[in-house]
Amino acid sequence: MIFADMFAWLADPANWTGPAGVPARVGQHLLYCLIAVAAASAIGVPLGLWVGHTGRGGLLLVGTSNSIRALPTLGLVTLLYLVAGGGTGPVLVGLVVLAIPPILAGTYAGVQDVDRGVVDAARGMGMTGWQRLWQVELPNATPLLMSGIRSAMLQVVATASVAAYVGLGGLGRPLLDGLRVLDYGQFVAGAVLIALLAVLLDAVLAVFQRVVVPHGLRVVARAAKRPASANRSSQPERTGDAGESGASGDTGAAGTTGESAAELAIMASRRETGGSER
Amino acid sequence: MIEFRAVTKRFDDGTVAVNQLDLTVEAGIITVFVGPSGCGKTTSLRMINRMVEPTSGTILVDGQDVRAADPPRLRRGIGYVIQQAGLFPHRTVLDNVATVPLLSGWSRGRARHRAAELLELVGLPAELGRRYPAQLSGGQQQRVGVARALAADPPVLLMDEPFSAVDPVVREGLQDELLRLQDELDKTIVFVTHDIDEAVRIGEKVAVFREGGVLAQYAAPAELLARPADDFVAGFVGRDRGYRSLSFVDSGEVALDQVSTVAIGQPAGAPTAEWVLVLDEQRHPRGWLPPRSTVEGAVTEAGLTPGGSLYQAGTPLRGALDAALSSPSGLGVVVDERGGYAGVVTARQVLDLIERARPTATGAERGH
Ligand SMILES: Nc1ncnc2c1ncn2[C@@H]1O[C@H](COP(=O)(O)OP(=O)(O)OP(=O)(O)O)[C@@H](O)[C@H]1O
Ligand SMILES: [Mg+2]
Repeated sequence: MIFADMFAWLADPANWTGPAGVPARVGQHLLYCLIAVAAASAIGVPLGLWVGHTGRGGLLLVGTSNSIRALPTLGLVTLLYLVAGGGTGPVLVGLVVLAIPPILAGTYAGVQDVDRGVVDAARGMGMTGWQRLWQVELPNATPLLMSGIRSAMLQVVATASVAAYVGLGGLGRPLLDGLRVLDYGQFVAGAVLIALLAVLLDAVLAVFQRVVVPHGLRVVARAAKRPASANRSSQPERTGDAGESGASGDTGAAGTTGESAAELAIMASRRETGGSER
Repeated sequence: MIEFRAVTKRFDDGTVAVNQLDLTVEAGIITVFVGPSGCGKTTSLRMINRMVEPTSGTILVDGQDVRAADPPRLRRGIGYVIQQAGLFPHRTVLDNVATVPLLSGWSRGRARHRAAELLELVGLPAELGRRYPAQLSGGQQQRVGVARALAADPPVLLMDEPFSAVDPVVREGLQDELLRLQDELDKTIVFVTHDIDEAVRIGEKVAVFREGGVLAQYAAPAELLARPADDFVAGFVGRDRGYRSLSFVDSGEVALDQVSTVAIGQPAGAPTAEWVLVLDEQRHPRGWLPPRSTVEGAVTEAGLTPGGSLYQAGTPLRGALDAALSSPSGLGVVVDERGGYAGVVTARQVLDLIERARPTATGAERGH
């Protein structure tokens, strides 16, 4: 029984200590993910805000991120690794490249999706371009922006296993080792640990999202859930729809990246967390 | 005062939205831009606060060329209300209203205090200030939109179809509210609508636009209804413009007739060949008893034939004609300011009054 093997592997104290132990592996994995998503946000959020705000370069942006999405991360990392001759750099760059498109797309869509009337009113009230961006577009973009970051995080957690291919540890290690020696207990344990980490990080980000999304927008989402007859205004429905399409887009994007057991587990968990949130 | 001088707007795709517009919007009154869809009303309005830049021509606000001003500064000095209100969904109602004062550098406390005053001014309870726009009805949102535009006390207010997204009953309430506010505030208001009824109801001057962004007629509502400049305006003003123009005919003294009345709770007396009007203790009309109806014991509310609309003496004759036409007895019920029964009037009498009013009105106009 494969799960019995998994529990046996997890129960073995030898697997929980030292540089190859579970805590160390989780720590490495977590570190790569956090750095990659932070760097990708530092690039993707300002870029997405700017393109969304000015409305210029939207097509270019969508085209570029789609072609980036098509890049095989493993291939990219291996290539960079060979070119750079080792180190964590190539792995991190690969993960950042992977994480940028969802963040960029989420931010851009978030700004684009702000009700045209709201933006028009902001201009008409006498806001400058910067004031409009900071006081209106960014706060209203936070739900989609955050769903972009969460989606990026899930993909990065799943893909950070590639670090193991180039000898940099992380939770890809038990996957690789398990496969090599046909120790399926170890393999599944690795996959489950990755899935758990993904769920945990997503939960943390969900809490963060609650903090950064303005309270008024949560009211809007709730209003949109009420039957249409209960609310005459058309604005709540708009924002609600945007949230839905953003979330379903995420799942689609994750689905194209790979088919390892860990990723399937993540996708399932993603669907669960996404579902309970709505 | 807002002046358009030979203003033309041609968009990049070649559409001429406004063509050689010469128009002076008077200070302190409501001027309505009205016309069919796509005739350049919104574009004209938005050129005033530079949301759209004219291709040629000049726009002056109080003698100052708007191009001389920095757009954000200019806009903070001009109130702006749009359809669907465009309220910021992430801000509370109070903070929405405080937007322009905050942009102008007021302290948060002072801006919020001002915002609370504005909510009261537009007839919203103070508790609503803590809510978010999504938690308001459409009509309440529009009121907040108006309050937000008024917060920094701008002399000029631009309103682009502010009430078109709410149902007719709410809309009428909002129109009354605007007229009441304007009585107090005396702003220079430019109001865009495609609804001619709304235009003649709230406008002191009405500018009718035709397709291609050309001004077709610029006149007071009564004048517009009585003497449309051409077939386009006549067609736009509508088939029942004669009836609508009664809104502007003052009743003068309508000679009232009297009918027999009976109070609720009293015995009806012997059946007669006449309609009998039933009143309550405050002498408010409640309904009719048809001719030859017999009532056992006291008259109750339940057995009555419902009455038509009521006409308040001294208001425009449109109401009198409507009261007569909608009454089951053919007798329009006239009430005093407190709603108490004053008399009745027939459609024939109203029409005679209109006929008598006609020659003098046109004669007076020709005299100019
Ligand atoms: N940004 C734009 N680019 C190109 N054409 C435009 C633009 N804005 C408006 N137009 C065109 O200019 C014309 C006038 O538009 P405008 O919005 O002023 O009409 P309107 O009278 O306000 O109509 P409605 O009652 O439908 O609001 C229309 O033909 C419209 O298609
Ligand atoms: Mg318009």
